[in-house]
This record gives sequence, structure tokens and C-alpha cells, in this order.
Amino acid sequence: MEREVVDAVIVGAGPAGITAAYTLAKEGKEVVVLERGDFPGSKNMFGGAIYAQPVAEIFPEFWKSAPVERSNIEHKYALLGDNDGTVISYRNGDHAKEAHYNSFTVIRAKWDRWCAEQAEAAGAFIVPETLVESLIIEDGKVVGVKTEQEEFYAKVTIIADGVNSLLAKQAWDYPEIKPDHVALGIKEVIALPKEKIQDRFNVGEDTGVIYTILGGPMQAMVGLGYVYTNLESVVVGLGITLEDLAKSKTKPYELLNKLKKHPVIEPLLEGGELLEYSAHLIPEGGYKAMPALYKDGVMIAGDAAMLVNNVHSEGTNLAMMSGKLAAQTAIQAINKEDYSANMLSLYRKKLEQSFVLQDLKSYQDVIRTIEKNSKAFLGFYPKKINEFMNQFTAVDSVPKKRKYIKFIGDVFKQRSLSLVTDGIKLANLAGGIILK
Amino acid sequence: MTIDEKKTIPEHIDDKLFTVKYKCDEETHLKPDQQECKKCAETPCTVVCPANVYEYDKEQDKLLVGFENCLECGACRIICPAGTLDWKYPKSGCGVTFKYS
Repeated sequence: MEREVVDAVIVGAGPAGITAAYTLAKEGKEVVVLERGDFPGSKNMFGGAIYAQPVAEIFPEFWKSAPVERSNIEHKYALLGDNDGTVISYRNGDHAKEAHYNSFTVIRAKWDRWCAEQAEAAGAFIVPETLVESLIIEDGKVVGVKTEQEEFYAKVTIIADGVNSLLAKQAWDYPEIKPDHVALGIKEVIALPKEKIQDRFNVGEDTGVIYTILGGPMQAMVGLGYVYTNLESVVVGLGITLEDLAKSKTKPYELLNKLKKHPVIEPLLEGGELLEYSAHLIPEGGYKAMPALYKDGVMIAGDAAMLVNNVHSEGTNLAMMSGKLAAQTAIQAINKEDYSANMLSLYRKKLEQSFVLQDLKSYQDVIRTIEKNSKAFLGFYPKKINEFMNQFTAVDSVPKKRKYIKFIGDVFKQRSLSLVTDGIKLANLAGGIILK
Repeated sequence: MTIDEKKTIPEHIDDKLFTVKYKCDEETHLKPDQQECKKCAETPCTVVCPANVYEYDKEQDKLLVGFENCLECGACRIICPAGTLDWKYPKSGCGVTFKYS
């Protein structure tokens, strides 16, 4: 019996897999997506926001029909001390308007499912509750995948199974992720009435605020906290490299408990009710830790390919773009009936021409530098900024001049010559991003 | 539950996990190599796991695994110093289902 071979089989119905499926199906290709969860999005968790421009490139004017929560009009950067904090805030009223939407909070169980419905409407076949166990490799070429029940043969296989890509290891020498190349993200979704959210965050019915949080319980650790606003819930969470978390000997949810009790954060959540607690890993190895992106018959996209720009909290947009470019490459391969690695190398070229690999290249050393200097950049300086603000705002009958001289003297004493090297490191970082 | 209790966001991990929907597999998908665990000084899996799945029982000299609470993040797999934790996804349709995340 001749076996049935579809044009493409995709593992994982997240942003990368679904975008690939949608792109292929729209071109009339026969595509099957295998998803291990109950439904697309059911295993997924992220901080909280998708970006309007990149998503609209795939699903134009998606905000008109997709289940988005709030359009973010303000981004706050909170630098927390033990019991104090300095918050820098940027608000843009235009972001409330359709022509200038910047980002939306979404709930993945709803959002991923909506994206999957668009792919289905375009003709993709999505199979939930189906775990792929292995790749089918013949003569060194990937020719499909095997689930618990059956085998799916395809001209092209796209691996989009997320950060714990057990499949990728079967196809090639996939580098094992190291504890300093991955962050653990945990979050709590806390239900609050709409009116409370509007009052507390100073927003309208469908606009919202993002907090990016440094310090607090995570002082000197490579990690960030965040707050996002949904329509009727507030999200609070954090992400910390596994290495720093293990060193801290503190359980992640205890750090989150502390963050929730911080005086800058606590009033935002007060009176709320916990709807859901969740966790997920974030691949942060970047450009240098990426696996090979293609082999004979197969490509890898999204988190599975470590396509995340953690400094800017970007992941879903890189996933979607990589899914789209993998699909475009697959379409060319199918049309030419050539599924060789040589043909699929086009995928990497397309990624290099896009923001995906250009950004990851620019940022390749940023996290390493921050990790190496976390005590200074994420411990000492944030603390000093809060100390300065404390003195600047305090009225205590001490002559101002004496206070400032003492403050500057303390900084020099505590950091001495490192001040110069810290400055050089920062300048190098900024220079690196622009030049690389 | 009184109204006051309801309005406090729980701090204990068991109460947090109570909000998560699971469809449980009967068989564990997390299989540590107990011989290696015995030699492990730090057992960092017991620190980093966001669901408090792992606990080292000194009396039994054994790593206890509460796989039913697993959030499928994979932190334990990566942090395991010996790299000997056999980590798989739960079977099709099993495990965690996030609804609001």
C-alpha cells in the first residue's frame, strides 16, 4: 500500500506552528498540525502582550475579531529597592487609536485558539490531544512524525514544539540548553472588577498598562518582573534565569509572593482573587545558542529554535515571523519538489534578512554582559538610584550640599575604579547593539 | 470560606496549584535516576520547580516526585546537575490545561 504523504506536517499549534500552517494553507498546500494539548494554547503561557504590527502582517486588522484584552498605552519601568521604588513611565495616547495600536494583552487559551481557527478556515487540519513521540528519519532525511497512534508522512516537517524541543534532539546535534540560557517564568492571573482596573491604572475601558520590574526580591539576579492588565484581571509575574534561581535557594513562587507584597506592587492587586497560577520556560540563549535551523526535510521555528529577544520581551513575534518564513520556504520546496537541506537553507537566509536574526545578532552579547555584571547592573546601581531619590525627596534639616557630597562619596568608595569599567561596559553594550 | 479569606491572594503553593486544571496521567512522566539523586549534593530541582513537585526524603534517601502537580515547564530537566532526569511530556491530552494564562 502506498503511504499517504501530505505537503507539510507541523508539530505544535503555538504562534510559530499556527502561522506556518496558515501561510501554507492559504497557498493551497495540504497541512496537518499536531498539538499535544486539549486545544491550541492550552499548554501555553507568556507574560502578557502580543505586538500589533507584526501580528497584523499575518492577520490584518485582527483586533476587530480576535479576543484581545487591552491595548497598552503606557509602559512603566519600576526599579525596586527593598521597600521603595523609582518608576519611569511612558504614556502614548495614540496607542489607544486603531492606526497606532502598539500591543495588546491576550489570554493564550483564547488567543492561540483564535489564531488556530484562522488557519483552519484557510484549510489547515489541526489535530489536538496528539503527542508526537518521534521523527521518522529515512536515509538521514526527515520524512514525517510518529504519534502514539499513527505515523504522518510529509514532504516537509516543521518543528514548532516549543522550548523543551525533545524532537529537535532526534534530528540533529541539538545543543542542550544550559541553566544560564533559560529563564523560568511564573505568573498569577488575579481577577479584579473592570472599574477597579480602570481606576488603579488610570486607563479607559479597553486600554492598559505594562510594568517592567527590576530589583525588589530579585536584586542582583538576572530576572525581570512584570504586571499586565487584562479586561477583568491583572497579571503579575517574573522570569529569572534557572542558574540564578538555583543559586538563590529560594523557590520561585516565594520570590513572586515577595514581589506581590512590595509597596509599589501590592496596591495594584489588592482585593483580587487568584484565577490561575502558571509556569513556562523562556529560551534566552540567543544567537550563539541557536541550533541549526534546517536539515533534509525539516525546519525548526519559534521557541524550539530559541528565537527570543528577552531584553525586549519579544518572543511571539519572532515565533510568528519564523513560522511564516519556514512556510514560505516549504512552499518553494514543494513547488520545486526539492526538500534537501540545500533547498531549505533558504529559510535561514530569509531569517537573516528579517528583523529576527538581525536583532538576535545585535543582542547576542547583551545578556552575557548583564549576567556577568548582574551584581552591579541589577543590584548596586538600582539600589543607588532609589537611595538618591530617597535623599532628594526627604526633608530632614540636613544641608543639601552635605547630603549630595556624602552620596557621591559613598558611590565612589563602594564602587571606586569599577565606575569607569562599568561605564565602558555599558558603552560597549550600546555600541555593540548598533554595530553588530 | 469567609469573604475575607476569599479576598486574600493565597501564598501557599498548594493553594496556587489548586487553581490549575489537570487531567492526570496515572503513570509518571518524570523519572529521576535515584542512584544519581543519592549522590546529588544540592538537589536544585527541589528549589527551581514552580510546582514543588520534588522533595528529597532523607529517611528513605530518595527523591519524591509529585508528578500530578507538574506544570510541564521543564526547569527540572535543565537544572539536573547529572542530566539524568528522564523527562517526557505527559501522554496525549493529559497534564495541565491553562485557561487564563
